Amino acid sequence: MTKRPVRFYQVGSFAVGNRLLSDDERTVQSDPNRANSIDSGHRACQGCGEALGARYALDAAMRATNNQLVAVNATGCLEVFSTPYPETSWRIPWLHSLFGNAPAVATGVAAALRVKGRSDVRVVSQGGDGGTVDIGFGCLSGMFERNDDVLYICYDNEGYMNTGVQRSGATPPAARTATTDVVGPQPGNTFGQGKDVPRIAMAHDVAYVATATVADLHDLEAKVERAMQFRGARYLHVLVPCPLGWGSASNETIHVARLAKETGMFPVFEAEYGVVTSVSKIRRQAPVEEYLKLQKRFAHLFGKNPRPDIVAHLQEIANRNIERYGLLEQDAEPIARHVSSSEASA
Amino acid sequence: MNKRPFAITLDVGSSLLNHTGSWRVERPTYVDRLPPCNNACPAGENIQGWLYEAESGNYEGAWRKLVEENPLPAIMGRICFHPCERACNRVQVDEAVGINAVERFLGDYALEHGLRLPDAGPDSGKRVLVVGAGPAGLSATYHLRRQGHQVRLVDSSAQLGGMMRYGIPAYRLPRAVLDAEIARVIAMDVEVMLNYNVDDIEVERESGHFDAIFLAVGAQLGKRVNIPAGDSAKILDAVSFLHEVAEDNPPLLGRRVVIYGGGDTAMDAARTARRLGASEAVVVYRRNQEKMPAHDEEYEQAKVEGVTMRWLSTINRVESDKIVIEKMRLNAEGYPEATGEYEELGADAVVLALGQDTDLSLIARASDIEVSDGSVQVAENLMTNGRGIFAGGDAVPAERTATVAVGHGKKAARSIDAYVRGVTFEVPAKHELAEFGLLNTWYYSDAERTQRPELEKVRRQDNFEEVVLGLTERNALFEARRCMSCGNCFECDNCFGVCPDNAVIKLDNGKYEFNLDYCKGCGICAHECPCGAIEMVPERI
Repeated sequence: MTKRPVRFYQVGSFAVGNRLLSDDERTVQSDPNRANSIDSGHRACQGCGEALGARYALDAAMRATNNQLVAVNATGCLEVFSTPYPETSWRIPWLHSLFGNAPAVATGVAAALRVKGRSDVRVVSQGGDGGTVDIGFGCLSGMFERNDDVLYICYDNEGYMNTGVQRSGATPPAARTATTDVVGPQPGNTFGQGKDVPRIAMAHDVAYVATATVADLHDLEAKVERAMQFRGARYLHVLVPCPLGWGSASNETIHVARLAKETGMFPVFEAEYGVVTSVSKIRRQAPVEEYLKLQKRFAHLFGKNPRPDIVAHLQEIANRNIERYGLLEQDAEPIARHVSSSEASA
Repeated sequence: MNKRPFAITLDVGSSLLNHTGSWRVERPTYVDRLPPCNNACPAGENIQGWLYEAESGNYEGAWRKLVEENPLPAIMGRICFHPCERACNRVQVDEAVGINAVERFLGDYALEHGLRLPDAGPDSGKRVLVVGAGPAGLSATYHLRRQGHQVRLVDSSAQLGGMMRYGIPAYRLPRAVLDAEIARVIAMDVEVMLNYNVDDIEVERESGHFDAIFLAVGAQLGKRVNIPAGDSAKILDAVSFLHEVAEDNPPLLGRRVVIYGGGDTAMDAARTARRLGASEAVVVYRRNQEKMPAHDEEYEQAKVEGVTMRWLSTINRVESDKIVIEKMRLNAEGYPEATGEYEELGADAVVLALGQDTDLSLIARASDIEVSDGSVQVAENLMTNGRGIFAGGDAVPAERTATVAVGHGKKAARSIDAYVRGVTFEVPAKHELAEFGLLNTWYYSDAERTQRPELEKVRRQDNFEEVVLGLTERNALFEARRCMSCGNCFECDNCFGVCPDNAVIKLDNGKYEFNLDYCKGCGICAHECPCGAIEMVPERI
């Protein structure tokens, strides 16, 4: 992925667009004629990160494929809130699969297109972390192994949110869910479990694996565009905060996602053929507390009976990510400096 | 009946039928908040507004917006002590935006390209006398002409400009710039009378048939103190000294010059003395650097040019070739106290820069005008107790700077306009301040301030060439773009992009609108707005 150097100083490359930028320097989302792949009127909660992430990713894919796109969607929040029978929010060809077989259905779509000679039409398969990390994992691994021409996008909100916030294989340690209550000496989700699917995908040596968050639109769009330059199996893992399941304020969805990256809790990188090729460096490093305190699912770590030991354990996880992916610039700013007061007060 | 596929009983519909706006308990609203720079500007400039124009390279548009409030940008871009930059929110990110430098660039751009001020307004038939052609008088003249009033501008000096000409040395404000900006105001069909002394304001009003008067006589009299001095001691005051230098008739000071006082005038006098050939220019001040009223920029420049400081000292006695100073110390309340320790200091001349008084003889017979502490007392609208007589600038109680005077001129013009029309001027309510906490600074990339180049030290020693130089167009553009546009939309598309419900509409004019049919009121747009131009307002439920 090549990025343009920062040429515009007022908002650099971080805002969605700007009146002073040329069209090709703006994001797909700043275009008044963007695809709006998922339309208004969907029934996602206020401030839903997944609705936002899906539009970001699919609009970018639509542009990258000249609007020749088919999407397969696993069961989950995204499917439920976008298509209550007989309404649909989708403005692209869209198929609903079972919870666990979206990668396999996408494989079939890709095969059908191949048979019909429609190499111009590209296939995206998408699902939440439950459908990807747990239930659909066998199908996903098979899709990778067969190297089917599908971009699989996982919208990771770290749990089964649609069914009432149960733990998934992507739920972080110590988080409270309906199935990991805050009881006992180690409240919340267990340490040392769960799956790191981006790394598992890399282990399949597929052409392209990347992670992204809804907080960095330029980065997310560049990764979708890059993914569409490859044929074969590709994987994109997007962190999408869930105000309902995480207990965060609806207006802080992007802010929380940004902190996930800036603390090192969620490493943002891309890899080709099993090798990491670039990482998004931390710009304003923050301690994990700043990220955790915004979410009620971690409230039991603070307050009357705080658990600094568990917070320290989570900080260790962040530190390990920082070390593993080299997330810090050499001359990075020290922790907790340069955080705007709106961020600090949040 | 059964035209639909197997097991399908309803036609497919779009989710657009589902108006999720009904979930909302708060609605986002676009607001214009008051940027701190605008709030701090004594001349009431819309700084964020003209920087916005400059950001796109529309320098003429920027200048036009600037001169709506202040007709002297090339002058202000040099001599203003820019309280805007101290208020700038960017201070809390890296460094303040170089507002003053951009203002100067725009002012110079306009002079270079021969831009003209807006035309005078249609004749109102009213006549206004403006006494004093300094920054307050010139500013009032400009605004009064724009309102259509006839103006007679009188001044006791030989040239226009007041303290900008006779108090501020040429190395800070080149005369060509001063003359050009003044000429532009006078070209608005202003009647000018120079070398003209007003003896009695009431007589003047009657004979000239004026409907209103603006007194902008400044504070031209240097304060004197009684210091025991020998017969041959050379003592002069800074105001006269600078005035004589400005008239190209500098007094002979000798090799060692002592300047008494710690304000900007003291610094100007010291720097001027150095340029006139004084090998030593020593500023004697009774308090310390922290308490010194001179602005830091002035002090730093003076130091660079070889001016030395004697803090915590008062002059006890002046003789022909030396002075005796008494050392002071600050007491618990911060006031200087005598220590009884004395020291001699070689000095050929002493320049007193101890403040200025206003010559109020012209209103001596206008008994209804209230004067206290040597200043004309005015109401909020700058009207004195005298009928139709307004006052501003250094003659009224306020901070004595050229920028404050320009602001007074504008304010007085508005009040006079209302007065002669028989109405009252309603000051529009100020918008809520765009405080730093309302910004989301993540979106501004790191860009350090551009420093203005300065004349090399060796080239300043014996001439009055301008010391601080201007920005190039490229640097000015960079600096303008460092503006964070606090509290005012600058069309970054963030709200349009971050809405999970596609409920923001991008309009053709670059602005946006909320589609309240679908806005669920999550508030992401407000949180992610870089400049704090969206407010969440509770819905009435």
